[in-house]
Amino acid sequence: MAHTATETALHGDLHHDAHAHEHHGPQGILKYIWSTDHKMIAMQYLFTGMFMGLIGAYYAYVFRMQTAFPGVSVPGFGQVSPGEYNALVTSHGSIMIFWVAMPVLIAAFGNYLIPLMIGADDMVFPRINRLSYQIFLLSAIILIVSFFVPGGAFGGAWTAYPPLSAVGEYNQTNLGSSLWLLAVALEFVAFLLGGINFITTLMNSRAPGMKAYDIPLVCWMIVIASILFMLSVGPLIAGAVMLFMDQTIGTGFFDPARGGDPILWQHLFWFFGHPEVYVVLLPAVGITIDIIATFARKKVFGYKLMLYTTVATGVLSFFVWAHHQFVAGIDPRMANVFTVTTLLISVPIAELLFVIIATLYGGAIKLTTPMLWALAFIAEFLIGGVTGIFLGASGADIYFHDTYFVLAHFHYTFFPIAIIGTFAAFTYWFPKMFGKMMNDTLGKIHFWGTIIPFNIIFIPLFVLGMGGEHRRIYNYEHFPELAGDGMFLLRRIATVALLVMLAFQLVFFYNCFISWRKGAKAGKNPWNSNTLEWTTESPPPHGNWPEGLPNVYRGPYEYAHPDRKDDFWPQNEPA
Amino acid sequence: MAFPKPQATLRSATGIPTGRLAVWWLLASEVVIFGGVLGSYLMFRLGHPEWADAAAVTNTYIGAINTFVLLTSSFTAVLAHQAAEKGDGKKAAGFLLLTIGGALTFLMIKSYEWTTEIMHGYTITSNGFWQFYYTAAGLHALHVIAGAIIMGIVAMDAYRGRELQRVELIGIYWHFVDVVWIFLFPLLYIAK
Amino acid sequence: MLALAQFIPQASTYASSIDNVIFLVGVLVGFWFFVAEGMFFWLIWRFRAKEGVKSEYIEGHEKHLKRWITWPHGLVLVCDIIIIVAAVQVWYNVKQRLPEADSTVRVIGQQWAWTFQHPGADNELDTADDIFTVDELHVQVDQTYHFLLESRDVLHSFSVPVFRIKQDAIPGRTITGWFEPTIVGEFDMQCAEICGIGHGVMASRIFIEDQQAHTDWIQSASVASAQ
Repeated sequence: MAHTATETALHGDLHHDAHAHEHHGPQGILKYIWSTDHKMIAMQYLFTGMFMGLIGAYYAYVFRMQTAFPGVSVPGFGQVSPGEYNALVTSHGSIMIFWVAMPVLIAAFGNYLIPLMIGADDMVFPRINRLSYQIFLLSAIILIVSFFVPGGAFGGAWTAYPPLSAVGEYNQTNLGSSLWLLAVALEFVAFLLGGINFITTLMNSRAPGMKAYDIPLVCWMIVIASILFMLSVGPLIAGAVMLFMDQTIGTGFFDPARGGDPILWQHLFWFFGHPEVYVVLLPAVGITIDIIATFARKKVFGYKLMLYTTVATGVLSFFVWAHHQFVAGIDPRMANVFTVTTLLISVPIAELLFVIIATLYGGAIKLTTPMLWALAFIAEFLIGGVTGIFLGASGADIYFHDTYFVLAHFHYTFFPIAIIGTFAAFTYWFPKMFGKMMNDTLGKIHFWGTIIPFNIIFIPLFVLGMGGEHRRIYNYEHFPELAGDGMFLLRRIATVALLVMLAFQLVFFYNCFISWRKGAKAGKNPWNSNTLEWTTESPPPHGNWPEGLPNVYRGPYEYAHPDRKDDFWPQNEPA
Repeated sequence: MAFPKPQATLRSATGIPTGRLAVWWLLASEVVIFGGVLGSYLMFRLGHPEWADAAAVTNTYIGAINTFVLLTSSFTAVLAHQAAEKGDGKKAAGFLLLTIGGALTFLMIKSYEWTTEIMHGYTITSNGFWQFYYTAAGLHALHVIAGAIIMGIVAMDAYRGRELQRVELIGIYWHFVDVVWIFLFPLLYIAK
Repeated sequence: MLALAQFIPQASTYASSIDNVIFLVGVLVGFWFFVAEGMFFWLIWRFRAKEGVKSEYIEGHEKHLKRWITWPHGLVLVCDIIIIVAAVQVWYNVKQRLPEADSTVRVIGQQWAWTFQHPGADNELDTADDIFTVDELHVQVDQTYHFLLESRDVLHSFSVPVFRIKQDAIPGRTITGWFEPTIVGEFDMQCAEICGIGHGVMASRIFIEDQQAHTDWIQSASVASAQ
């Protein structure tokens, strides 16, 4: 008996339902290659991302040592040549954005949380999910391979402006440049595929009773970020194809001698590049707000307001990109347009932060380790946000462009996003993922040992930027006004702080290991949280709720409801 | 036994089948990719009136024939969808095969066209116009090839009466490939 | 702390206006920063978990609470508009305006050095008495200069921190900018766009000279290049 195509679409191949949960997936070592379980794929993204983070951090260590102590052989690396310095900063930036922030915040936590938080047993396209990770892994491997080919790794900055990036004679890393570009393009494809899964799963596979405004904000944020990504990356993919062809077969898309235009690449890059920072910001904000709601025992202040300002920020983010190009040779009149749009985008972002801060009002705040990380995100991101105003104001950016002021600004945004956001999410959901509680004392030591040095690294960099220190320079001794003792002292303070911060990460790894081995059993809901992932076992079994998927009766933040004795009210409890 | 789908796949809070949602989102991202290529081309073309000399060389008749081929193949894709809606997998597969035939015809005509142009010395590195010509049409051709391969897989399943909802989905994708060509044709062939 | 002049001298007519816009932004965002952080930390302390005290159930529709969002929201917008007006004025003056030139120099970036073409005693570029130097630029104080910026290969960026000026150099184009030095002295110039392995050695120096010293230099440099 044939079903119409639409019937099949809506009700599935009916005779498969009965078998659905007897199929437990591949076993043994093969499950790491063939599993389509969203939780396994999430772990794969998480560990790959964290591993790449270690590489990115190592590169930061090397180039900071060179900057602070020029010419001195760096322990664990050796002498840093000018070409290697450029390759290190290029790789650090590329890795941290594309192979750490995105996989961890979006792919790992998106994959882990979305099905669990909406009461589903998996993503809607598990095999495409697995494929997206495999493409991502391939992109990471290609990037790492690019470090070891003749000529070395690409060193033209993560922004890869042509003609430097397009012509082998100019960059002297012909093969490395093409491999870098290929790696980035594959990473984009992986996230396009992944994004489709997240968006359609959230739209369609929610638990019965879960209306749009009952979805936890972290899920919304990850999906809106995926949409932003999908709608902004296209022109850069087009540009990457063009750049790849310039690099390999000698076309002249970006070669002025042949009618091409280097500025075109900049537009294509930044049209994506600016929305990209919101692509990574939104998941971090979502993680933060969910953690704050749980540990302040408070309903989120203005859930809908948060959603609308987030969408407004996303839309506006498509209209600000050329603030990266104020002095690049664009028509000066255009710069004024972008100053206006860039400064206006501070309004919805400020509103977002105000709403999160307002959620604290009337709370009963417990300073657990995840809460400390979530609160630190707000405190530190505020600095990043306000320093961006200096750069969006075109008149001021004439001076600040390409200085360490820019660098300190974006580390005060990216570090909270990628690092603080990761630690917040990891310490919060560790009990669910591994079934054990993390040691809270070690967690707090790690927290302070990361946050305090973080500020000591980057505040001196603001000062150095104000003094005119420009970026991507392997040895400031060549510049008399930047070579003074005061400036070198600031560089060394920052570098020593980095060493301290890196050392404290050992506390984190130690904590992970002993908690996983010997931590207290977590139980289903150690934090007394409302959202659905806390209603199943820790860790959740294959299929998440083998005894039957939950129904939803209320929103995700019903803390301290006046009709309840408990100060929380899980979403799946009938009224 | 086919891959056991999660219960999540069977739900539809929006009322729209998930597969259809997915294809629309895929197309949204593809629109921006082709938008980037074509937008860049437009900006260059407006700034380089001398490209008209190169553009004059493209064969509008062949372009028109290919347009007709693709439009016809979109029509057979619609017929395939109709058959699938009625549950007739074998008929749907047949129409899909015709559509693939259209794709192959398109590609063969394009190969002939490009070979002729290359033998006359108009290669991808000849000048700015030809760069974009081969890149834009090449990217499109890659999507035609990928679409034809996926269509083949869907046709095989449909012939066995399986996953009939995918006939509509590959059809939607195919219409998109067609629409991209509808933009390419005037930009690369008609505008001289 | 925010006065840039503390860190680096102002050596051009528009340096102080750029510093002032930076200071203005600093004051306005500084205000918001301290208010927001202050509120944030106060709320954490005030509403820390206490034995037996339950949290409140607040939806966020309450008008008296929403005010705390909408009023700051409006004020941020006002601050933004003030900053926009100030920044655009400075931008217009430095980048859109081209005051009449007393003299013109050509600045050519390449991997990895700067070539400067001075107009020589006849004050005209592209004549026989032009003076070419590498990695040093000689200008006269209180004279308005146009610079014609070019690149021979990749993107570079002509940056003179004491002037506060920066402009990317694009191959295939000549980009014109201006400056008027206000103090005598010798200062750093930089390449502010990564241009390959030698980006870090593209240091050069600007010599701002009074009239006599500058005339002397033109003479001796012309003699030197004649030899």
